[in-house]
Amino acid sequence: MNKDALDQWLARLFERDRRATAKLISWVEDDIQRAYIMRSVLKETGKQMVVGITGPPGAGKSSLVEALTTLYRSNNERVGIVAVDPSSPYSGGAILGDRIRMQAHGTDRDVFIRSMGTRGHLGGVTRSTSDILRILEGGGYGRLLLETVGVGQSELEIMQMADTVVVVLNPGTGDGIQAIKAGIMEVADVFVINKADLPGAERMKGDIEMMLNLSCDGLGWRPPVVLTSVTNGTGVETLFEKIEAHQTYMKTSGLRDERCKHRLRKQVWRHWEDKLQATFEDVWETAQQKLGDIEKEDPYEVAAALWAERFKGG
Amino acid sequence: MNKTRIRVLVGKPGLDGHDRGAKVIARALRDAGMEVIYSGLHQTPEQLVEAAIQEDVDLIGVSVLSGAHMTIFPRIKELLKEQNAEDILLMGGGTIPEEDIAELIEAGHVEALFTPGATTTEIVSWIRERVKSYE
Repeated sequence: MNKDALDQWLARLFERDRRATAKLISWVEDDIQRAYIMRSVLKETGKQMVVGITGPPGAGKSSLVEALTTLYRSNNERVGIVAVDPSSPYSGGAILGDRIRMQAHGTDRDVFIRSMGTRGHLGGVTRSTSDILRILEGGGYGRLLLETVGVGQSELEIMQMADTVVVVLNPGTGDGIQAIKAGIMEVADVFVINKADLPGAERMKGDIEMMLNLSCDGLGWRPPVVLTSVTNGTGVETLFEKIEAHQTYMKTSGLRDERCKHRLRKQVWRHWEDKLQATFEDVWETAQQKLGDIEKEDPYEVAAALWAERFKGG
Repeated sequence: MNKTRIRVLVGKPGLDGHDRGAKVIARALRDAGMEVIYSGLHQTPEQLVEAAIQEDVDLIGVSVLSGAHMTIFPRIKELLKEQNAEDILLMGGGTIPEEDIAELIEAGHVEALFTPGATTTEIVSWIRERVKSYE
């Protein structure tokens, strides 16, 4: 696509055209003119904060996103949502079903929901998620929500994309030891125990509070633990308030700048990794034909030799 | 332009709740490497078209078993036109009489209809052919 056509699509994005928003997201996701598109988009965006919602499959992430969106809409704020589901490691295809839980906003043009497959990326999000959130911001969506795939214990990349990380858990899914393990429990800015109408919610809250007693030094932000039940409609307003409080804290404490710095570093490194991978995919294509007995090859030596050959002379 | 993935919205409009067919198709398209956005049941044409635009799909696949096909397909096409999104293809499946199929296709209300007995291979290759040809 030529630059003039692309510039027209970008102009339409900033005029809040939904089709342009959708198309630009696809191109960035498919790595078509990605750097060019993002150069324009990033110039105009970066002010809005991202709320990331993560947690195990079936915890109620999509339902909470829908409930929060309803609150934002009642203040007449426009909401952009990125919802990630896993891609098949075999076919590369995916079934993206997060919209099913967000029906209430299905025809609301001030809510933009975009479903994405992970396309082989681990960490609970996709390679292009943070760029796509900025495109939504460019399209005039001031509230940005990111829902990760259903995660286990260690998909933590959301930390680099969200200013506020909400970890959603359910009652009866672990004892006090689960609560003090490393990983997902450490990255939460706000804990939600959803389906709190089920037995065990208070007990779980107790376990998490105890973990926080051990890890928080009384200074700074202590993650609140919010009980919600989306089916009964309870707790969502409290969650909304806690998210607001955290965002204010991020701005006033200077932590937001810290996270932005960290994010930039990670993004730059990711681009280098992508470049390196692309370079060596070509190298590997030709090199593997020259290898001898595959079973006897030493991967350390092969790697060192190919590296030296590719980068010889600087 | 190199599109890396075909994206399809699979949906069930109207009141009938029989979604086995839609799920079989969604699964088959997934296994063919496509990204399938599954809308769930009881969608209005307005919801389907809005989702198709936001998700930037190449194709909407709609399952109709309720007998409302003569209303639903033309309505979806009309909404796509209103949104300047006629480039999004429309495909359907379900129990649809042959004379209605001919009428819907001739009038351009839908690009293809697959009735019981159609194989998933047939559907996948039709999609690949069509999505490639308009790129």
